[in-house]
Amino acid sequence: MRNKKKPSHPYIPNSASETKAKMLKEIGIKDIDELYSDIPQNLRFKGKMNLPDPLLSEYALERHVKGILSQNQTCEENISFLGGGCWFHYVPAICDEINHRSEFLTAYGGEPYEDHGRFQALFEYQSLMAEMVDMDVVNVPTYDWSQAASTSLRMVARITKRNEIIIADTVSPDRLLVIQNYCRPVNTIKMINHSNETGLMDLDDLKSKISSSTAGVYFENPSYLGFVETQGRAISEIAHEMGALSVVGVDPISLGIIVPPSHYGADIVCGDIQPLGIHMNYGGGLGGFIATRDDEKFVMEYPSRLFGITETSVEGEYGFGDVAYERTSFAEREEGKEFIGTCAALWGITAGVYLALMGPKGIQELGKHIIQKSRYAMMKLSEIKGVKAPLFKSHHFKEFVVDFNGTGKTVGEINKALREHQIFGGKDLSKEFPELGNCALYCVTEVHTKEDIDILVQALKNFL
Amino acid sequence: MEIKEKNKLRDFHQAKWDEPIIFELNTEGERGILIPELEREIEKCVGDGISELPENMVRKKPPALPEISQMRVLKHYLRLSQQCLGADFNVDIGQGTCTMKYSPKINDVLASSPKVTKLHPFQDESTVQGALEIMYRLDMFLREISGLSRFSFQPGGGSSAIFAMASIMFAYFQSRGEAEERNEIITTIFSHPSDAAAAAVKGYKVITIYPDEAGLPEAEALRKAVSSRTAGLLITNPEDTGIFNPNIIEFTKVIHDIGGLCGYDQANANGILGITRAKEAGFDFCFFNLHKTFSSPHGCGGPATGALGVTDELVPFLPVPIVDFDDKKYFLNYDLTHTIGKVRGFFGVFPAILRAYSWIMSLGAEGLKEVAQVAVLNNNYILKKIKELKGSSVSFPMTERRIEQVRYSWEKLTKETGVTTEDVTNRMADFGFHLWSSHHPWIVPEPFTIEPTESYSKNELDEYMAGLEKIVEEAYENPEKVKNSPYNSVVHKIDHSTLDDPKKWAITWRMYLKKHRKKS
Repeated sequence: MRNKKKPSHPYIPNSASETKAKMLKEIGIKDIDELYSDIPQNLRFKGKMNLPDPLLSEYALERHVKGILSQNQTCEENISFLGGGCWFHYVPAICDEINHRSEFLTAYGGEPYEDHGRFQALFEYQSLMAEMVDMDVVNVPTYDWSQAASTSLRMVARITKRNEIIIADTVSPDRLLVIQNYCRPVNTIKMINHSNETGLMDLDDLKSKISSSTAGVYFENPSYLGFVETQGRAISEIAHEMGALSVVGVDPISLGIIVPPSHYGADIVCGDIQPLGIHMNYGGGLGGFIATRDDEKFVMEYPSRLFGITETSVEGEYGFGDVAYERTSFAEREEGKEFIGTCAALWGITAGVYLALMGPKGIQELGKHIIQKSRYAMMKLSEIKGVKAPLFKSHHFKEFVVDFNGTGKTVGEINKALREHQIFGGKDLSKEFPELGNCALYCVTEVHTKEDIDILVQALKNFL
Repeated sequence: MEIKEKNKLRDFHQAKWDEPIIFELNTEGERGILIPELEREIEKCVGDGISELPENMVRKKPPALPEISQMRVLKHYLRLSQQCLGADFNVDIGQGTCTMKYSPKINDVLASSPKVTKLHPFQDESTVQGALEIMYRLDMFLREISGLSRFSFQPGGGSSAIFAMASIMFAYFQSRGEAEERNEIITTIFSHPSDAAAAAVKGYKVITIYPDEAGLPEAEALRKAVSSRTAGLLITNPEDTGIFNPNIIEFTKVIHDIGGLCGYDQANANGILGITRAKEAGFDFCFFNLHKTFSSPHGCGGPATGALGVTDELVPFLPVPIVDFDDKKYFLNYDLTHTIGKVRGFFGVFPAILRAYSWIMSLGAEGLKEVAQVAVLNNNYILKKIKELKGSSVSFPMTERRIEQVRYSWEKLTKETGVTTEDVTNRMADFGFHLWSSHHPWIVPEPFTIEPTESYSKNELDEYMAGLEKIVEEAYENPEKVKNSPYNSVVHKIDHSTLDDPKKWAITWRMYLKKHRKKS
């Protein structure tokens, strides 16, 4: 019995006892524990970690994990109308093919030689996104839109040397929590009211709150509540007149059909690349972009990696490298711009693949279809007694607020009933925007068929 | 029987496709993918959609993306991938501090399941019990591994977790009315740059402690640095030198004595799993990089997770929500009285959380300890070999033992041959290897950092060493050969001058065309 040897672990080649003995001998010690001699006894963990017994065979492991995951119900098994910062769009097979490649999946901090492909793929991502927003500079992705917005706002504060930030009160509440924490205590934040009728920013309120201390004005387009902010030009002008900058968060998948914020005066454009070929992943598919003009004043304030194209010692050969690396915290620690580390690069490569596949016609057509489908959904939903869609008298892209106040039912009750029909109803807004009462944020994209929408409408009619 | 290898060094040449920039593949009229057709009834009902938008909001010219057919897009990116050397190809021990270990394929398969990819974060809790259970159970595991009380998986990387720790320090002192006075954070020069940088973003003045001759941060310097202005300490241990600070408990005590908090940057945890923990060393927080120690793949630099752990006292300050269990069901708990709010959208990178869970389940308590021990064994094996290597030296040679990595120096090589760290890293690419210099500032001259982890066999370690040995030999015989490298990589020596010149830098293709292709 005692001679029964434990197999070495497949992930740990040198756990094989023969190899271990050979290496110990080479180092000139008898026991691995000697290598820990600098860790004093009072710091040693003497107990045993209370962890489950390992599932050593891959089969047992797969079965166990799949067993837990099987409790999940997905947006594929149901018809989902959820959005609000993470969206169900179709992911082309090639997007997954590329981001599953070992070469990309397991690379990290290689040099521009052995990782030439990583540099080129991310440079191309930057370049393709630049066309979407019609600006010259885009970063290697940061964590998500929330971080991109937070950093954009810290950037404008440094550029203007002012510390007050003004934000539309219709931005995503989840994102606002990130921005508030990221700005505290260095920058102060003021919120701007919106019109109850249209959702649009109250420009009088903006004019009354903006001052010579204001570094930047931030709003989102389309907004979290789905309406398209049509006053972009006016907002940017009000900001610029006061010496402040205009920062706009945008859903990039809308930019095939809706004008990019750079056309109405935005100085920094930010947003999330998740809709561009990246699965929702329970919110784990996010990736943030920040775009500016090619102006040294802006470029030098980025904390992110910026990959640039250059030449090599061989004529005609493209090389890549970090642009203005000295601004980063990798180079300058606390003297660098904010901080940089591992963020969401693989999703950047994926978004590049997506944009290359879509091309100008695809991205334009996609935007058009989404508007048509969401418009159809709004029309059909409004036919239900007591239901109003959209709530705001405005233009919409893929999301809109559905007003259920006239039905006598709460959104919680309605969504519970819909789940019984394998439908995930829109996000309940009653906690985030209590003044709206029983309203829900619905999202319709290219993945929804007419039939999906008709099933929703029928289920609601039956219940209400 | 031992297989004798004549020459461990490979006759390597990396793929070189001379692949154009994607915009150069544009062929008018080609399409990469078609989108679902619009039903005629919808069009009949709502019209063309565009007239739904006001004139000033309609984009007149679509984005100038290239038009490329599907297989050509695929081929382009596959070729680029072949020009990238992931850990799956490389003996990836040259990227010290980053724990380039094996990311088991089964975990990628699990993370690619629609039961993961097709979940929306706003789904009703009753429909995501599996996801919540994984998060809850991983929290339980990390509590055992660290000795701390509670974990949040929201931070999107190590730096984000450091920022969350600085944010919690701020909120903690704000709740005690001391936030204004306590405006300093102390770190060490061999802790990650973000320990200093993220603290500064939170408005803190940063005090950096330097090492003594033995490579240890000076306890005396710490005592001098603390005051009523100290909010806390953010420190790595073992530090980026691979040296474990045996006085760490004194450090946390000095900070606690003046009422500060201690944050443990555990990006370098791979050598101490099951050996020593944040709790025993007196830390109030710690974080683990699930994409490093816990095997989630690095993905060219994310997506990732900095799993943030805290003591009981700091649980109310964590970002919301955390995952709880009421004996029947798992749920998202937003009810934290002093929460800092959020540091990332939604709940974190679920695929990374799932992979870490699965990895721990494949190892158990004994297996995790084995990971640590073999990582340390491998490191000390390489250490022995590099000590014998001409031109190289070990930083702080007074300290003999190293944990999971070592910071070395090519100072002697540079003095004797003119060959620098950068030259050696370039030449390593010619043999299919990667070697990273080190984080700035270069306190150790001409530095390089090697972290072998547990994933590579003795033969592979020997193969990597053969690469370094060959380059050292070349440096002494023909330094120009090393200085003009690489030769067998994808591209040749890069001109970095344009990248720092605002008139010349080109961060996107459109900038490149404007600045460098004007004449043609």
